[in-house]
Amino acid sequence: MQNAILTQTETAVRGRSQWADARARFLKNKAAMVSLYLLAALILFAIFGGQLSRFTIDEIDWQMLGMIAELGGPSVENGHYFGVDELGRDLYARTLLGLQISLMVGIIGAVVAAIFGTLYGAVSGYIGGQTDSIMMRTVDILTSVPFFFIIIMLLVVFGQSILMIFIGIGLTNWLGMARVVRGQTLSLKNKEFVEAARALGVPTLTIIRRHIVPNLIGVVVVYTSLLVPQMILLESTISFLGLGVQEPQTSLGLLISEGTSTMQYGTFWQLGYPLAFFMLVLFCFYYIGDGLRDALDPKDR
Amino acid sequence: MTDPILSARDVRVTFDIRPRSAMPWTPSQKLKAVSGVSFDLMAGQTLGIVGESGCGKSTLARALIRLVPAESGQVVWMGQNLLDLSTSDMRRVRSDIQMIFQDPLASLNPRMTIGQIVEEPLITHHPEMSKPDRVARVRETLDRVGILPNMINRYPHEFSGGQCQRIGIARALILKPKLIICDEPVSALDVSIQAQVVNLLKELQAEMGLSLIFIAHDLSIVKHISDHVMVLYLGNMVELSSSADLYATPRHPYTQTLISSVPVADPRYVKPEVDKIVNNDLPSPINPPSGCVFRTRCAHATDLCSQTKPPVDDLGQGHLVACHHWKTVPSLGS
Repeated sequence: MQNAILTQTETAVRGRSQWADARARFLKNKAAMVSLYLLAALILFAIFGGQLSRFTIDEIDWQMLGMIAELGGPSVENGHYFGVDELGRDLYARTLLGLQISLMVGIIGAVVAAIFGTLYGAVSGYIGGQTDSIMMRTVDILTSVPFFFIIIMLLVVFGQSILMIFIGIGLTNWLGMARVVRGQTLSLKNKEFVEAARALGVPTLTIIRRHIVPNLIGVVVVYTSLLVPQMILLESTISFLGLGVQEPQTSLGLLISEGTSTMQYGTFWQLGYPLAFFMLVLFCFYYIGDGLRDALDPKDR
Repeated sequence: MTDPILSARDVRVTFDIRPRSAMPWTPSQKLKAVSGVSFDLMAGQTLGIVGESGCGKSTLARALIRLVPAESGQVVWMGQNLLDLSTSDMRRVRSDIQMIFQDPLASLNPRMTIGQIVEEPLITHHPEMSKPDRVARVRETLDRVGILPNMINRYPHEFSGGQCQRIGIARALILKPKLIICDEPVSALDVSIQAQVVNLLKELQAEMGLSLIFIAHDLSIVKHISDHVMVLYLGNMVELSSSADLYATPRHPYTQTLISSVPVADPRYVKPEVDKIVNNDLPSPINPPSGCVFRTRCAHATDLCSQTKPPVDDLGQGHLVACHHWKTVPSLGS
């Protein structure tokens, strides 16, 4: 008997986890895969595209000044691939920087919100009772404070910086995540496998870590991927209002805002390039999010 | 006669029910899920618990191991009252009392391989064991319940219901417990698999000297596996007796109706006449009938039944009945 068990050791069958199934479904989703490759290309471009640039972000091309509408358009010969902005700075370098900052705000903001929201929601939902009430009422109160008010306050009090934007956006966006996760936890905690773990005497925190959180990841991943474009949009709005990133730093939102204000002089490239990248990024994230949702819970399609 | 391994005394479980529209100051209603149940379980024996849906079977089982808090009563396990133990003392006892659940697939975490699932009790209670030792134990236990040990890296959704239930049994067995509480372990399985799982439980019981608490609503399976059977109705024990006695001579009108409703696979068999249940609705456990809880549906109910709760009478040889009229109720088949 012992021998029989030992000989079977070598041939232990690998199981197909739900992750493997989900990955297979995602790989079959053409729109999501194209978006994923495109996004990867965009990220690589944001990181390494600077190698191609002949100008820095705050270098002013004096020859262009005064004749930007006539000379400042996109051109390969003079090195301004995307043209120049109204101050004669290279738009290629600036769009790249904007892309970097927008992606960073989006991804870091969403990940921070996801981690904090998941832990908060899972603990609140699993412990339940009074703790749950207090934790969720706190969320309700925080949600009802006007979001822009908080951000403007932060930026005014602590000065405008990218860090403050991270904090401001992160501070408010984990709330939605916490709600979603708590709801999911409530339905999970009455599942029999959680009861089985409790009957075994597994400590509460271990149950949350081993049984609740892994089963939440599907929802969290989908929600996070949809949170990224939301974050990017928010940052654009803030920058559009002139409260966000400070000159000479820039973001896609800020570039679009500048582009719209100079549209009337006929310099459409100043709006066109940042806007194209902005839309491309959002498009990719939305399609990837949709693909993940379809892959992770195929029943909801 | 030896001491019982587990004895429950007057266990009560009450849930607070708050209607959605309730104001914070309105008192909550009480739902009496289990109202005063007592029984003894001998080592190596099986106690079957039967009753219709919502009668408190599962709640009673969960209250025994404190998965739901009991309001009052005692659960004495090898000399100590489980309901009084601290969380950490209780954790130690949990390695001796295991549970098997109704829905085989739902009782296994879909994100863990069956190896990890069966290993979890060892990690929890024997953190000092080395990984290879644990894996060896897992393989041995899986082999014992009839799952090929090389399936160890597979996930629960890759198994059938019957196999999942075997995995659940393996998880319950791996700590070599003294008592396993089976909460309707076979009601989600089809009939041929039911027999396999029940026979497996019987074999394991004989082999390891396990005690079982076996909850079911299928009377024939309970008869097959149990030494003693307890009948619950609306959170109250109505009859408790040895299995043979209960099926041959049920004394409580409710037990009689239950037993006569079991279909017999014989076309020439004529069912004995039993006084039918008068009213088909189970009364609400929030507002149970006064006196005997069964009186609203009982054909033999009198004024006495609505005034006082029937005492538990001992008919001898451990046959307990809670009915005012058990002497006058005609016995089954006569």
